[in-house]
Amino acid sequence: MTTFAQIFRSIIFDKEIMKEVSKVIKNLVLIIAAISSLQSFAFSEGQDEGAVNTKEEVSEYINHHIKDSHDFHLFSFTNGEGERKHVGFPLPVIVWSSNGLVTFMSSEFHHDDNGEVIVEKSGSKFVKLHSKIYELEEGATSVNLDESHHATNAHKVLDFSITKSVVGILLVGLFMLWAFSSLARQYKNKSVPTGFGRVLEPLVIYVRDEIAKPNIGEKKYRQFTGYLLTVFFFIWILNLLGLTPFGFNVTGQLAVTAALAILTLIIYTFSGNKDYWMHMLWMPGVPVLIRPVLAIIELAGAFLIKPFSLLVRLFANISAGHIVVMSLIAIMFTLKESLGVAGATGLSLILSFFITLIEVLVAFLQAYIFTMLSALFIGMAVAEHDHEHHHDAEGHEIPDEEDVRADFI
Amino acid sequence: MYNLIGAGLIVIGAGIGLGQIGGKAMEGIARQPEATGKIQTAMIIIAALLEGLAFGALFLGK
Repeated sequence: MTTFAQIFRSIIFDKEIMKEVSKVIKNLVLIIAAISSLQSFAFSEGQDEGAVNTKEEVSEYINHHIKDSHDFHLFSFTNGEGERKHVGFPLPVIVWSSNGLVTFMSSEFHHDDNGEVIVEKSGSKFVKLHSKIYELEEGATSVNLDESHHATNAHKVLDFSITKSVVGILLVGLFMLWAFSSLARQYKNKSVPTGFGRVLEPLVIYVRDEIAKPNIGEKKYRQFTGYLLTVFFFIWILNLLGLTPFGFNVTGQLAVTAALAILTLIIYTFSGNKDYWMHMLWMPGVPVLIRPVLAIIELAGAFLIKPFSLLVRLFANISAGHIVVMSLIAIMFTLKESLGVAGATGLSLILSFFITLIEVLVAFLQAYIFTMLSALFIGMAVAEHDHEHHHDAEGHEIPDEEDVRADFI
Repeated sequence: MYNLIGAGLIVIGAGIGLGQIGGKAMEGIARQPEATGKIQTAMIIIAALLEGLAFGALFLGK
């Protein structure tokens, strides 16, 4: 017991540690000050609006979270006067309407998502409906909805807004630029990185040695490692960011995963060598009549199925993870009647804690799988015959006996 | 209603498939512990392909 007390005292009075502690406290105060200075913007009247209590409201809230949004919403509360306050910050809206480029802040919609608030800018009227921005037709004063809640007198505009997902992508991009350029710079002076670089170096080497090298091959892996590293860290950091209370759902957006899959498609299509195309279109060692049938299957596989499976897997895993976590959190509202407040909260706490642990694993696994499959596809495209062709007496090539693709697995 | 039954069937099928993949990988690792790394990588890739198919079907059938 005495030793424990001594250690404790020595920690408390150690000057170096105290310096560190005071630095941490200073940073914490700065962060708290920054958060509390966030403007609390826009509120709607009515006591219950925005509060989530019933099952329908829960599923509506989850659906809203899964989508991209035009403002950065952190949390809402009802203050003493019964007003609903939303805390967060607005993001710029940039749209190409029938009157040209229009920009304004999303706070002008006053948190409306049902097309009730009309923003008039440079001759066009805009409404926000289900997280999408619509432009009203000429002469319309309010938006008309049909039975399935689609607008009848408004049309969608080209939307280049800085949405929540775009903010997430920019943040992660800047973070990666800073982290990896500082890591790269360290190697000029020393062979072992210090500080945060020690966290990144094993991961970089892991991607290079476990993903790029075995799948692409010793000769060609270098030129593709950059892309694989970028994709791996981009997806992984964004997946982890999605588990924080900020509520990013970037890798759960079809547009984002589709863009990533198309990048992989472009890379393996344009780096494919002669053998890749020959084995896809006119494969040797196959009866001639079957070749066109196989070519169609191979083409569909290369241009549709491979990118589609890449994009759907990432999108569906992350979206499903978010839905499960939020549904388990919502247990504390939906089961309040039958289990009591303490019981429902405890159940939802335990379940959501463990599912979040699994989600941390899934965040890594999905980044790993996307990178792995990208490397595999690229490897298929750049693989070379590593054996000599045999020639018969007249100098013609004798077709290979074994399928080249057996080497990949 | 029918899409819910379809979703259930998808999940059952994917579960059987994942069980097969995991079980066979375990068997392989038990027989050849030195090949653990390779078997795990192949297992994860095939599980990911199956999962992508199952999720795709679920989202199309939702």
